[in-house]
Amino acid sequence: MSTTDTVRRPRTTTDFDEELIPRYSFVERVNHWFGALTYSYCLITGLAFWTPYLYWLAAIVGGGPTARFWHPWFGLFFTVSQFLMFVQWGGDMEMDHDDRVWADNIKAYINNEDDKLPPVGRFNWGQKIYFWAMVGSTILLLLSGFVLWYVEAVPWSFHILRYVAILIHASVALITIGLFLIHVYMSTLLEEGSFASMVYGTVTRAWAWTFHRKWYYQVTGKSRPNQ
Amino acid sequence: MSQASTEIIKISGHAGTVPGAGLNREFQVCKLVDTTTCIGCKACEVACLEWNGYTFSQTTFANSYQTMPETAWNYWNLIKFNEHERDDGSMMLLMRKDQCMHCEEPGCLEACPADGAIVQYANGIVDFQEAHCIGCGYCVTGCPFNIPKFSPEAHKVFKCTLCNDRVSVGLEPACIKACPTGCLHFGTKSDMKDLAESRAEQLRDVSGFADAGVYDPAGVGGTHVIYVLHDAKNPELYGGLPKDPHIPYSVWLWKKPLKWLGNLAMIGGIVGLALHYLRVGPKREEPIPPEDRGPS
Ligand code: HEM
Ligand code: SF4
Ligand code: SF4
Repeated sequence: MSTTDTVRRPRTTTDFDEELIPRYSFVERVNHWFGALTYSYCLITGLAFWTPYLYWLAAIVGGGPTARFWHPWFGLFFTVSQFLMFVQWGGDMEMDHDDRVWADNIKAYINNEDDKLPPVGRFNWGQKIYFWAMVGSTILLLLSGFVLWYVEAVPWSFHILRYVAILIHASVALITIGLFLIHVYMSTLLEEGSFASMVYGTVTRAWAWTFHRKWYYQVTGKSRPNQ
Repeated sequence: MSQASTEIIKISGHAGTVPGAGLNREFQVCKLVDTTTCIGCKACEVACLEWNGYTFSQTTFANSYQTMPETAWNYWNLIKFNEHERDDGSMMLLMRKDQCMHCEEPGCLEACPADGAIVQYANGIVDFQEAHCIGCGYCVTGCPFNIPKFSPEAHKVFKCTLCNDRVSVGLEPACIKACPTGCLHFGTKSDMKDLAESRAEQLRDVSGFADAGVYDPAGVGGTHVIYVLHDAKNPELYGGLPKDPHIPYSVWLWKKPLKWLGNLAMIGGIVGLALHYLRVGPKREEPIPPEDRGPS
């Protein structure tokens, strides 16, 4: 496999490479974990309602009625975290030309041939897509969730709303679950150093250079050699 | 089954065949509501409240005799009053006792996510087990008859039980017992069906209601509450009785294809990610080349 030597190459980084630079502020990290926690709660309780095979998940958060009571509230808290994230990161998440080239060559990313990709800013195309998909999904989950929340508030003459809401809510939740799985996998297992960056707020220079080169140039004041 | 101990299969010292051997007992029960003989007295409404331990609720006046617009979580049995102008210009007051239909294919049960919150008994009664109900309201989405009602106080859903507690000890439902005109009947499904059909025939042949018929909608597999209607072609006239009730298509879509697609996608996704990790492994940081090093 062509990727073997790039992936398993022994590290020859220098002290300079291993110096830490800040990546996420304290507030960014708190909000990220607030979002992660509230999403996970919605996920666990939502999956319990989704299929009888996972109904036992309700037991670990206090039983069915408790799960039903808190799910919408945690959905609201999650919405708050998403709104704050939008304020914090919305600007950094705008797509540029390099992102589109990156997306066209996403196969190289999947095969760990990152050197074949254009340089990446603070966030890569995948992270940006995840971000915007989550923001959009949150709005849909919130609107459909509200219809389902107060059962007695939707009169029979509007009962079609319920049909639409449950289909939207479940489908959108599924889409976010898919994205969420990828997100968790990439940041815990795939890209070493990512998880720590969201815990400690720092990354090594080498990490920044490897994965977010444009951002590395930006924060270290280095200009791109061929610019 | 309590009936099992009344059915004899062998008798000692008995010449000849066993009486009743080979008998087929029908467990399916049914309530027959003959709307054509209802006088709108609401005795059934009161009997239902009494038996089930609810106090009389606030009524809502909307220019008719009807107690309130629709059944409530603590008001399971409601006579719906509808004024109907016939082709010849004369008026008819259509009165229909509204309650859970105890569907053979209950949409409420299909939609419910909570283990044991809704059960269907062999006799056809569909009963909510409030101890297991989580109050999600999915049954409200699943029911084509607008029957399950959410109680904001209990955070649970309630509806007519067909007096399961009475029926299981051999009594008829409270509403049947209270009805003074005999417009309510209770018995096996086939007996009630026969009775309903003969009444409908009588209405057609003798009383001049050419469209009289029995309401036992096939879309939900038949119901364990059936109606005799003067005009079976227009059940909507009777306070919104649906013409062709069925489990909503959206509920089917949600509980069948979407569920399996979603489950497959989730399992497939997890397996896919694991395989990806085994195939290409982690992404590691690389040393910075000299031209990009140096103090910032
Ligand atoms: C944004 C605010 C949200 C609100 C107001 C909300 C509300 C609701 C409500 C009222 C239900 C009906 C069942 C119940 O509560 O027991 C529900 C179901 C569900 N929710 Fe949410 N929710 C929200 C966010 C989320 C999020 C972020 C997820 C992420 C996975 C999610 C996943 C689910 C799932 C999977 C179901 C079950 C669907 C089914 O049974 O097929 N929800 N939600
Ligand atoms: S409200 Fe109760 S009975 Fe109705 S679907 Fe939810 S858990 Fe089942
Ligand atoms: S009428 Fe509604 S609540 Fe009653 S059994 Fe049918 S679907 Fe369930």
